[in-house]
Amino acid sequence: MLLLTCPCCGVTAEETEFAPGGEAHLKRSGPGSSDAEFDSYMFNRKNPRGVHFERWRHAHGCGKWFLAARCTMTLEVFGTYPAQTVEPPAEIVAAIKAKRPDWEGFA
Amino acid sequence: MSELARSALPGASYEGFVTVTEAGLRGMITLRGDLAVLADAVKTATGCAIPAQRRVEQAGDKAVAWMSPDELLILCDYADAPGLTASLTKDLDGQFATVANVSDARAVFTLRGAQAGDALAKLCPVDFGALREGEIRRTRAAQVAAAIWVSGPQEMTLVCFRSVGQYMFDLLSRAAAPGSEPKFYA
Amino acid sequence: MSHRLASGGRLIDRARDVKFTFNGKPMKGHAGDTLAASLLANGQTLLGRSFKYHRPRGIVASGAEEPNALVGLGKGNRYEPNQRVTTTEVFEGLSAETQNHWPSLDFDLLAVNSLVPQFLTAGFYYKTFLRPRAFWKHVYEPFIRKSAGLGKAPAHDARDPDRYEQLYAFCDVLVIGGGIAGLQAALSAAETGARVAVWEQTAHWGGRAPVDGVTVDGQDADAWIAATVAKLDGMDNVHMRLRCMGAGVHDHGYVLGYERVSDHAPNTDAPRHRLWRMRAGQIVTATGAIERPLSFAGNDLPGVMLASAMRDYVVNYAVAPGQSVVVVTNNDDAYRTAITLRHAGIGVPAIVDARAEADGPLVAKARAAGITVLTGKGIRKVKGGKKVTGVEVCRIDSKGTAFTEKFDCDAVAMSGGWSPVVHLWSHCGGKLVWDEAHHFFRPDASRPPLGVDGAGFVRACGAANGDMGAVLSGAHEAGLTAAKATGATGSAPAPATDSAPDMAPMDAVWMMPRNAEYDLRMKMWLDYQNDVKVSDVQLAAREGYQSVEHTKRYTTLGMATDQGKLSNINGLAILSDALGQPIPATGTTTFRPPYTPISIGAIAGEATGSTFQPLRRSPLHDWHDENGADWEPVGQWRRPYTYLRAGEDRHKAVNREVANARSNIGTLDASTLGKILVQGPDAARFMDMLYTNMMSSLKPGKCRYGLMCDENGFLMDDGVVARLSDDAFLVHTTSGGADHVHGWMEDWLQCEWWDWKVHTVNLTEQYAQIAVVGPKSRQLLERLGGMDVSAEALKFMEWTEGRLGGFDARVFRISFSGELSFEIAVPAGQGRAFWDKLLSEGADLGVMPYGTEALHILRAEKGFIMIGDETDGTVIPQDLNLNWAISKKKDDFLGKRGMMREEMVRPDRWKLVGLETLDGSVLPHGALAVTGGTNANKQAETEGRVTSTYHSATMGRGIAMGLVLRGPDRMGDVLDFVGTDGGRIKARIVDPVLYDKEGAKQNV
Repeated sequence: MLLLTCPCCGVTAEETEFAPGGEAHLKRSGPGSSDAEFDSYMFNRKNPRGVHFERWRHAHGCGKWFLAARCTMTLEVFGTYPAQTVEPPAEIVAAIKAKRPDWEGFA
Repeated sequence: MSELARSALPGASYEGFVTVTEAGLRGMITLRGDLAVLADAVKTATGCAIPAQRRVEQAGDKAVAWMSPDELLILCDYADAPGLTASLTKDLDGQFATVANVSDARAVFTLRGAQAGDALAKLCPVDFGALREGEIRRTRAAQVAAAIWVSGPQEMTLVCFRSVGQYMFDLLSRAAAPGSEPKFYA
Repeated sequence: MSHRLASGGRLIDRARDVKFTFNGKPMKGHAGDTLAASLLANGQTLLGRSFKYHRPRGIVASGAEEPNALVGLGKGNRYEPNQRVTTTEVFEGLSAETQNHWPSLDFDLLAVNSLVPQFLTAGFYYKTFLRPRAFWKHVYEPFIRKSAGLGKAPAHDARDPDRYEQLYAFCDVLVIGGGIAGLQAALSAAETGARVAVWEQTAHWGGRAPVDGVTVDGQDADAWIAATVAKLDGMDNVHMRLRCMGAGVHDHGYVLGYERVSDHAPNTDAPRHRLWRMRAGQIVTATGAIERPLSFAGNDLPGVMLASAMRDYVVNYAVAPGQSVVVVTNNDDAYRTAITLRHAGIGVPAIVDARAEADGPLVAKARAAGITVLTGKGIRKVKGGKKVTGVEVCRIDSKGTAFTEKFDCDAVAMSGGWSPVVHLWSHCGGKLVWDEAHHFFRPDASRPPLGVDGAGFVRACGAANGDMGAVLSGAHEAGLTAAKATGATGSAPAPATDSAPDMAPMDAVWMMPRNAEYDLRMKMWLDYQNDVKVSDVQLAAREGYQSVEHTKRYTTLGMATDQGKLSNINGLAILSDALGQPIPATGTTTFRPPYTPISIGAIAGEATGSTFQPLRRSPLHDWHDENGADWEPVGQWRRPYTYLRAGEDRHKAVNREVANARSNIGTLDASTLGKILVQGPDAARFMDMLYTNMMSSLKPGKCRYGLMCDENGFLMDDGVVARLSDDAFLVHTTSGGADHVHGWMEDWLQCEWWDWKVHTVNLTEQYAQIAVVGPKSRQLLERLGGMDVSAEALKFMEWTEGRLGGFDARVFRISFSGELSFEIAVPAGQGRAFWDKLLSEGADLGVMPYGTEALHILRAEKGFIMIGDETDGTVIPQDLNLNWAISKKKDDFLGKRGMMREEMVRPDRWKLVGLETLDGSVLPHGALAVTGGTNANKQAETEGRVTSTYHSATMGRGIAMGLVLRGPDRMGDVLDFVGTDGGRIKARIVDPVLYDKEGAKQNV
């Protein structure tokens, strides 16, 4: 069972305090989008073996959503950060690079 | 009409290795907004400064708890809550802030005894050995959300939703049953 | 005859007798005994029958690894099957029963299985019970059920009266295992100032060291253990638990501990078991090692025991496992047993050593004690029926066709070397390495389980790490480095020095003799619990099983309650040999938690009885309960389905409530409806995104019904929105949807539109909300007084607030029934008083509460949809003819893009209609309409389904709604619905609005 640190209230807690919310940094496709764009937004998920970015809500805590960079292979957590961003912040990217030099970067 | 009001489980009490008591009606006001924006109004209403992250500030019969980066909870007498809600709303008029009286939405329990942390450790995934007086920790107790405030040297105040008051009382009573002391924290 | 030795027994109190029963027979043991020790002391060596062959079985081991000696403990509600006698502490009044025999333990008819052992070889069930198919139910299955299996399940009506609990705990360093290595690791970690916890699964600290004659700084291990335990006990940063087993190591330092708090002292106030949910920074496993059996013919007879276990019984409990014991081994360690037995006055006719030479210090000591040592030999077979009577010895390299020596004896001590207990290391991904010197798998320190920071979080020490000599120095290192890894900065003094005699290497003997013929191999047990023999594993290999995981499942090697603690290594050695590959190439099966079985009670913890799951109670719950509520679960809420009066069934009660609401006044507890405040300068903009309707155009003081969809366009929730002010809305959601909708709003506000100035507050539980419904409802509210609720002052779809009957109230004039209706919200704490007042003031007006079923009928008569009935996560608003509630003016709202997809605009979607049975009957729930044709899969072709169906008291017949292919275009068509009996029910497509189509009644 994972340990996660909520960047919003500073609590490090076990997984049962949190609710998962799937892949992070999705770009919403609204009425102006093509079928392909909408399909990608709704259904196509990366599901990588390795570095992954995902959404969590501190549901039994401060109630805030936040994002986590995590390795799906080893379950290592590289860092968590507030949800108000469209891409991982530089310090998170640096933390991942330090641990996974071969990582291709956020795309 | 507060004389007609009833708390979730009036008079409920359990004497175990920790004493569990339903705390009766408590005034509670949710405040949302940039905490710096709220500061003056909170000071005026309660006499309290904005609490630090996960801390509770107290002044007389009022207290202010840090709930999230943009949310505070004011604790006061039940009868004072409507008036305080109105005055806070007035003070914050024109600001991006929200004030709501939530006194009736909650059930409050007091746990007294040196082993309060040991009883709660049966229900909450929280390190009670690291929790300090004046701290508030939002977590879960068994299957429902709860906020636990270390309100005194041997006292914890637990707040949950009113609808699960009976469930919570049953949980706490069971956790505090004599003979089941885990003796981990105390 | 008592087998209790005259002196010794370091764990027992001879002054205290403990009385217990075994198969109803009274027996006596001593305080401190395990049940195994007491039974052996009473001369009870036959303890059960084996799983398949019903062979007589006795005690093999002295701890958690015991495969055979399982009994049913307790009676009635406290009966529990498959309990190991080796880990059960004996207590006054204990009652044990043997298992898996018929008709009795001593005389078992199914032991005939053993006479034809070819009968149940590997894969027997797969191969044998295939044909004829008809035989399965009446011949094969009853036979298998009768013959196989271990203990019986408790009675179906048994209810466990004991208490169980869980405990969340935290520490820096958790040491699992309280032998000398574990104690040293704990001490070294604790000296640094780290928070340390130590668990020991037995009732005693110290582990094997005192039994094995280990000395520390020249003194008996017992002295060092006592001093170290006392020291640890005195440290504030150390928490110690006996009878607490490390059950499983999980991600990020999460460890389950199974504490048997009062198994040994039942009938106290203490819980029976406590499941520790420990979160540790670092874990040190000091779980020791388990001795391996040897594979020789007849190695399963009662009296054949692990050499180390015999030592335990003699030293710890002063019990003689036999009067004359032959020791058989492939290593030096077993010589300890021979020496111990001899010192206790027990005869040791011979030590049979498979190695060509044996000359270590222990061997010399045994020889000096006058014990005969035979080298290069093995056991050909054990003689005896229900117990050992002797052994035949042969050359180890022979086929075993003839014996070279013969000994009479009543017990055999065997040692096939040791296997470190690597389970906890392995649970979370720690890798193993094959140790060529000791022939065992041990933890590979370079590939530990990885924690939250990507670094290893488990260290092994002592025998668990494969350290078969001195252990304190390695344990000190493990404890210290673990503490440092958690950030501790203190230091720890150097450890004491423990002695260990030099041991010659063991010989890798996996079968004895090495070239044994089939008739011997089919009597060599690898897995005692599952009756798997050397010949079974060899057969599996011949049949093509190469993967150890497949072989396990084919032969059942290593399954069931002991999970192969004794059998694994021997089994995979035999498999490797049969496959002609080295053991590491075969590998091990996966080690999965828990280490030994843990009770269901401990897993359930507090989730039993009234705390099984949260039950949400409305502020009026007690009134409902006292007034005949027939409860219905709605999410975690309980709502009254109806209120039963004397002599009424549900149907009659519901009809009464519906009729009264239409003619007088009905009251409904609507407190469970979600109520969410949406406030801020951008609230209107946000509401326009949330709802398919235009909400920004709603005027303060007004209400509007709205629909919420997910991004697929599927209908998610509905309800009435009240605009409180320019920048505030009150959103009503369904009872089950409040938390979800609130989470949904926060998701969009926090993760997508974080620059929008909107706050939400979930006020669901702040208010008791009561619907007052019916033609006389206004009259009642006027009687309460304080507020103008006239048709002019409070129009349909408006709200107002003020004092009503002395209560702080917000009144919404909305209707979900078609009647003149008000929903009144008061603070939850005042809800009961307000409800009581409504009932007393309205008594002469015919006020009467109604439940959720009447609510459903009232709305269905009006053709109103219900989320969860008309919707199922695949239904878009257009399917429900709700196009009027979908704004065409808005560029965007959640779900708009989803609704534009080809599938959603198909003309032949199933759409909502009313359904009227031709015979007036009530259609079954969910019934499908069939065309009479078949689809591409040759299934009956369908063209619609029932979504809501009731008996309408108002109409006096069955009414229904359903989704039907192009339904609204087919008014008047008659469809065939399939009844629950398979017959057809004819129903006509009609307008779903059946009652007061003009809406005159709600608008008065």
